[in-house]
Amino acid sequence: MSTVVGKPIRRVEDKRFITGQGRYTDDIKLHGMTYAVIIRSPYAHARIKSIDASAALKIKGVVAVFTGKDIEADGMGGIPTGWQVNLINGETMREPKHPILCTDKVRHVGDGVAVVIAEDLAIAEDAAELVQVNYEPLPAVAQVRDALAANAPKVHDELPDNLAFDWNIGDKEKTDAAFATAHHVTTLEFYNQRLVPNAIEPRSAIGHYEEGRDFYTLYTSTQNPHLIRLLMSAFVLQLPEHKVRVVGSDVGGGFGSKIFHYAEEALVTWASKKIKRPIKWTAARSESFVTDAHGRDHQTTVSMAFDKDGKILGLRGHTIAGMGAYLSTFAPAVPTYLHGTLLQGLYTTPAIYYKVDAVFTHTTAVDAYRGAGRPEATYLLERLMDTAAREMKIDPAELRFKNFIPPFDGVTQPGYQTQVALQYDSGNYAPTLHKALEIIDYKNFRKRQEEARKNGKFIGIGFSTFVEACGIAPSAVVGSLGARAGLYESAIVRVQPTGKVSVYTGSHSHGQGHETTFAQIVADSFGIPMEDVEIVHGDTEQIPFGMGTYGSRSLAVGGSAIMKSIDKIKEKGAKIAAHLLEANEADLVFAEGKWTVKGTDKSIPFQQVALTAYVPHNYPAGLEPGLDFSSFYDPLNFTFPFGAHIAEVEVEAETGEVKVTRYVSVDDVGTIINPMIVEGQLHGGIAQGIGQALYEGAFYDESGQLLQGTYMDYTMPRADNLPMFEHSTTVTPCPHNPLGAKGAGEAGTIASTPTIVNAIVDALSHLGVSNLEMPCTPARVWSAIQTAKGN
Amino acid sequence: MLPASFDYHRATSVADALGMLGSLGDEAKILAGGHSLIPALKLRLSKPAHLIDLNAIPELRSITRQNGHIVVGAMATHTAVQTSDIVRSAVPFIADLAGSIGDASVRNRGTIGGVIAHADPRADYPAALLAADATVVLTSKSGSRNVKADDFFVDMFTTALAEGELVTEIHFPALAKGTGASYQKFSHPASRYAIVGCAARVTVEGGVCKNVRVAFTGLTEKAFRDNGVESALEGKPANEATIQAAALLAAKSIEVTGDSFADEAYRRHIATVQARKALLAAVAAATK
Repeated sequence: MSTVVGKPIRRVEDKRFITGQGRYTDDIKLHGMTYAVIIRSPYAHARIKSIDASAALKIKGVVAVFTGKDIEADGMGGIPTGWQVNLINGETMREPKHPILCTDKVRHVGDGVAVVIAEDLAIAEDAAELVQVNYEPLPAVAQVRDALAANAPKVHDELPDNLAFDWNIGDKEKTDAAFATAHHVTTLEFYNQRLVPNAIEPRSAIGHYEEGRDFYTLYTSTQNPHLIRLLMSAFVLQLPEHKVRVVGSDVGGGFGSKIFHYAEEALVTWASKKIKRPIKWTAARSESFVTDAHGRDHQTTVSMAFDKDGKILGLRGHTIAGMGAYLSTFAPAVPTYLHGTLLQGLYTTPAIYYKVDAVFTHTTAVDAYRGAGRPEATYLLERLMDTAAREMKIDPAELRFKNFIPPFDGVTQPGYQTQVALQYDSGNYAPTLHKALEIIDYKNFRKRQEEARKNGKFIGIGFSTFVEACGIAPSAVVGSLGARAGLYESAIVRVQPTGKVSVYTGSHSHGQGHETTFAQIVADSFGIPMEDVEIVHGDTEQIPFGMGTYGSRSLAVGGSAIMKSIDKIKEKGAKIAAHLLEANEADLVFAEGKWTVKGTDKSIPFQQVALTAYVPHNYPAGLEPGLDFSSFYDPLNFTFPFGAHIAEVEVEAETGEVKVTRYVSVDDVGTIINPMIVEGQLHGGIAQGIGQALYEGAFYDESGQLLQGTYMDYTMPRADNLPMFEHSTTVTPCPHNPLGAKGAGEAGTIASTPTIVNAIVDALSHLGVSNLEMPCTPARVWSAIQTAKGN
Repeated sequence: MLPASFDYHRATSVADALGMLGSLGDEAKILAGGHSLIPALKLRLSKPAHLIDLNAIPELRSITRQNGHIVVGAMATHTAVQTSDIVRSAVPFIADLAGSIGDASVRNRGTIGGVIAHADPRADYPAALLAADATVVLTSKSGSRNVKADDFFVDMFTTALAEGELVTEIHFPALAKGTGASYQKFSHPASRYAIVGCAARVTVEGGVCKNVRVAFTGLTEKAFRDNGVESALEGKPANEATIQAAALLAAKSIEVTGDSFADEAYRRHIATVQARKALLAAVAAATK
């Protein structure tokens, strides 16, 4: 009987977060701690002619200054990427060295050139000002659309051009044939702009080498401690992995940006051995802007072909995807396997062909950012759908109903095989849109819109129906696609002698509420109170080898690993219970926290079985003591959440200001363990997606300077910019994992961006506006209105 | 990020502060609310050897009414101005403006004197001081002098403040019956500074606009009065048509600085919109 699963239980971790008792990396103080400041390039592209640290070294309290040459002299490697996507012609992915600190050249504003280590941070900052770096500035290429031009400055001299790799998916011939027979073709060209992740906690890393036991500890604000340990030990610093501990304590948000292995982590770990003292580095906010891996940066041209009834015949397109100056950990996967494979959407499109050119520019690296590829895929599909509907004079909701993949549960019906490699697990798309249309009262909207226009008010409605791939991922599948790691998850469930339960999970919360959701699952499984369950994560010395948290995978993959260990405990517990009850194991049932002999009132509680397991005086012969199981769960498939979002906006014609007046979301994330957490994830995600549509954007000028490098210019969405969210759900369980859960972390971000832009275009469509660049700032919207009016 | 090291001096009276300013000279910076200075120190864009803190000088926080003028101490916070009954009753648009600055934490520390001495071209108060025909009182060891707002704002981050002087008071003439004023701004969504702010003051006599004063912030290197708009409305009937016609002349004669968020054309357009809104609101207040 379920007592907590499915209930909106308040997050147990929030007490410490909101009372200032969270323990973040920067809160850690170690004996003998020193503090590092990294000297970073002010230029996008320059040759380092010399570095003179002599004045800095004279400052009292300065412990050391290191440059890239010192690191190179120790034979350290570069920061590796975790995914290999080879070129279409078979050439190996071009993977230039990403140095911990630059030696010859800098390749983006913020690229590190030296580190100053001192007794305190103030001394380190004073000394850093005295390090003289002599740069020879060089021409830079900052825009993805310019990167492949013949005369573009090269980011890496050893490469023939700025192409990292190219990639394609689908059937070109079949798709071209489909377009040849089309009644109507809709084409869009746009830039899906760069975003800065902006986690509230800046990145922080403490390296601590203990000479006495020849042991390294790295405390770091990360989404996956084990992956950092593996990449840093095996590829960068060549350290024996069993002599390295990585601790990710409380993490204040990541949105993907803390998945990756960063140079600073390797730097403080390496340097700590040099000075034999712990070293702390914490990013200043202005460093976060130029060193946290950015998101998006796609220049896209895409077309969709339709027959005369509005059935989609084909999709084809091309994206130039920015990688920044170096290939970050997951970067090659984002525009390819997390984007190209999602271009089926939830439509029956019979022919798809897509090509991606991934390019280097003199800019901060780009990698996975909430949604990672799926928001870009959904943006292009959903902008196409609303645009095509308008062009073909078909209602945008109707156009979607015409093209939805029919329902399939993945149990009695097979999964849906797409044209772009994936097989969807289960889906039932039309009900989400029906529900959303009803909530927003769509049938009366057009009349209201017409009346409003008569009064000079521009209101618009925008749609987005989407499917995404979460719960990443089956290791063999991703391995065949170029992943250099498996994507399973681990869990130890340790029943203590008193029947209290400790869970050691390889998932790593950076705000998702795992300590609550996972405890709900364990509590109900054993029929014990949630208070009797402790969730432990983040420390490689405590947890089994885990893959961390991203791609909405924690519940579907990490939760499933916990379920596997729970099953093993129940199986062993039944043996102990049967022995104590002098009954046959087959005659026992486990419910409400006890094993009962069927048809009798003879039972034994979970806690007594736990105690017996550790005090095995009266115990089944041949059975090992203890009640403690470790499991690894490798998913059988991705999970495929979906939904329908609809927004209503009001555009102030005179100023171009946009107000989101209603936002309705109907999401299907599979089985829900905690509806409050799901709703919270949706709220945050929708806000973030609205941020991209209306406010956020990181743009570089031609010299490679970031124009929005502070919160004075980079606009984050705020509560007073947003409407009340009207959120509801449908439930189509995942057929291939024990929880039926699909994941909810990214759906909001994936769906909301095109929803808003579609709504703005709809509001202005009577004037002839058909496309808008993001973010849709007042100046851009006003200017589009003027252009449409011929002013 | 931490500031470069400096010596901190806490003044407890204006005389005390002037003494420090005299002895420390141009090595010193005055700390008022600190919302512009502290970030500049942390980014090491500013590295003064000394900071003279005015926050412990109670006399600079007072808000009083004297001979038809509202006298606001330089260290009055935006919240103090916003919530002052004296300001609200005599120059309500100044109270409204103070309530529109930044966010609550900015308003609780930021001060009127700090804003005008800093003379950020995007700040709100300068336009309002110009439209209100305010007077700035500058005090030095040798006494005080009054400078009209028209003469106070010299250039970007540059004012009529001379070496050894502090801004000590701002005097606003109380709005007489038949006179109304308003400040209307279009804010940058990130910084919430004005992209364009327009302050307007109008006296309506017998349905005709008189003593029209219109000033803008955000458009160029400093806040300025727009004589084009003012003279277009002066002596004209106070109605929507004349106001709209005058507003369309906004910023015609000046060079407007655009940026990636709002280019020149957009700023010029928004200037006409804010001018119309401010003039309409001012006339409505005048004829209430």
